[in-house]
Amino acid sequence: MNVVVCVKQIPDPAAPSALDPGTKTLVRTGKLIMDDSDNYGVEMALQLAGGEGDKVTLVSMAPGGETSGLRTGLAMGAADAILVSDDALAGSDALGTAKVLAAAIKRANPDLIVMATESTDGYTGTLPVQVAELLGLPSVTFAKSIAVDGSSVKVERQTEAGYDEVTCPLPAVVTVTAGVVEPRYPSFKGIMAAKSKPVDQLTVADLGLDASQVGQAGSGQEITEVTEAEARSAGEIVVDEGDGAQRVVAFLEQLKVI
Amino acid sequence: MAISKIWVLAEAGDSGPTPVTLELLTEARSVASTVEAVAWGSDTASLAAALGEYGATTVHDVGDLGGALPGVPVASAMAELIKGGNTPDAILIPATYDGRDIAGRLSAKLDKPVLTNVTGLVAGDTLSSQHPLFGGSLTVTAKFTGEGPGIFVIRAKSFVAESGGGAAASVVPAAVPETGASNAARIVERHVEERSGPKLDEAAVVVSGGRGLGEASNYALIEELAKLLHGAAGASRAIVDAGWVPYSHQVGQTGKTVKPTVYVACGISGATQHLVGMKGSKNIIAINKDQEAPIFSVADLGIVGDVHKVLPALIEALKAKG
Repeated sequence: MNVVVCVKQIPDPAAPSALDPGTKTLVRTGKLIMDDSDNYGVEMALQLAGGEGDKVTLVSMAPGGETSGLRTGLAMGAADAILVSDDALAGSDALGTAKVLAAAIKRANPDLIVMATESTDGYTGTLPVQVAELLGLPSVTFAKSIAVDGSSVKVERQTEAGYDEVTCPLPAVVTVTAGVVEPRYPSFKGIMAAKSKPVDQLTVADLGLDASQVGQAGSGQEITEVTEAEARSAGEIVVDEGDGAQRVVAFLEQLKVI
Repeated sequence: MAISKIWVLAEAGDSGPTPVTLELLTEARSVASTVEAVAWGSDTASLAAALGEYGATTVHDVGDLGGALPGVPVASAMAELIKGGNTPDAILIPATYDGRDIAGRLSAKLDKPVLTNVTGLVAGDTLSSQHPLFGGSLTVTAKFTGEGPGIFVIRAKSFVAESGGGAAASVVPAAVPETGASNAARIVERHVEERSGPKLDEAAVVVSGGRGLGEASNYALIEELAKLLHGAAGASRAIVDAGWVPYSHQVGQTGKTVKPTVYVACGISGATQHLVGMKGSKNIIAINKDQEAPIFSVADLGIVGDVHKVLPALIEALKAKG
């Protein structure tokens, strides 16, 4: 079974974020890392495709031929990667990105495509389904668990009330929520092996896409204004001297909650 | 171009339309002269009175989906109506599990972009949307540059639902066209998890726990405190990622937005990821041992202390009060 995992390489979320004052898009400079959310997808894929002849391929779109995040997924155990990198892709919106990823995924001819429900930095949460629609495939989002059963997949899908058991024929797109599996840490051997694993670097033209459909040119939305949000006024901060709980009780009484 | 018609994706809850559906209808009513709803399910007619009361004149009824996940059939039916000339200027979709599926499918079908995580709308010549950024410290205003319809995915609690006193909406069937392989996912069985107390995004009191709890078993303290306050238990992303509690408990950017009367953050540092989901709460109480934790910048009452001591004492005190 071939499994594709889409991974996003993002600036370290722990580092301060900023908007480019000109384009009003997120500044993406410096070293990129694999989005933490994607750890779960990579781990899930490795568990599902751990047999003889199985293969996990990573697919990513990132500026400047960036592969440092991909190496993390390769070190975890993915066999290879496809990276789409092209200056024309700067400023892509979710739909434009979906077009690029869909075209790249086709090349790997997967049985199953696994993605995070949403990225940590952009968090639109629509991209996986846009990719599925562009590929003409069914999708099951918000998976708590995935089991492959012959030519179909069984998924427990998160709902407001609990979860649904969903079956879906392959190929399909499945998105996983965080925390559903324990992502492995890359071993030293894995990290060394990842350095020589193949990363197929492609441009927009290689994918046969029209440059006007992607990047800033293809983005159908623009930011018109960025303003400071109203800050909350400072409250009372006290150090617990054994009276912390009583302070909370008094505050709740004052609010008439208790 | 004025905004004349808006569609609202209406979701059914335990009894009638979900709260976010009514919030979106209320907002749509104030922006557009015509508001229509799109709904699905075996008993859409039962929603017509409430949808009408909050502003919809028509409900496009996709009908029973026969166990299919809603994304493909509902988006296909909407796209078919639009291709047939019934084109709204904007489509408001709740940021729910099914809502996001429908928005993504519709976006790709129509080749139109989506604006997501919307928390406000601004009506002008065209509709603009507001989005919180960097934990809500900045507000970004955005709009679509091309032809409509604009697809907006809107977070719950962005607007206050108010009845418009309208008559019941008329229910009009909306046919699902041939969808092919994309509509092959089927729900085999539904599992409703036992829940005591109110829903996380509707509760007047929310008690959330984070990494500062130390280990998964201590989350029981959060649940006990929530129960004593007749509230709901929430969580930071850190402990959801760690597998301590399911994703449905997550409060934050990648999770639920809550605006309770009281929010109690226990052992949560207050990453921007979390703040954006709860800083709209009326009153915030934070308990954290690190005085420098960002959560204290939004707290009305901050207790710099050990949750392992403060929480049990608080639970004892509340029990003693009865």
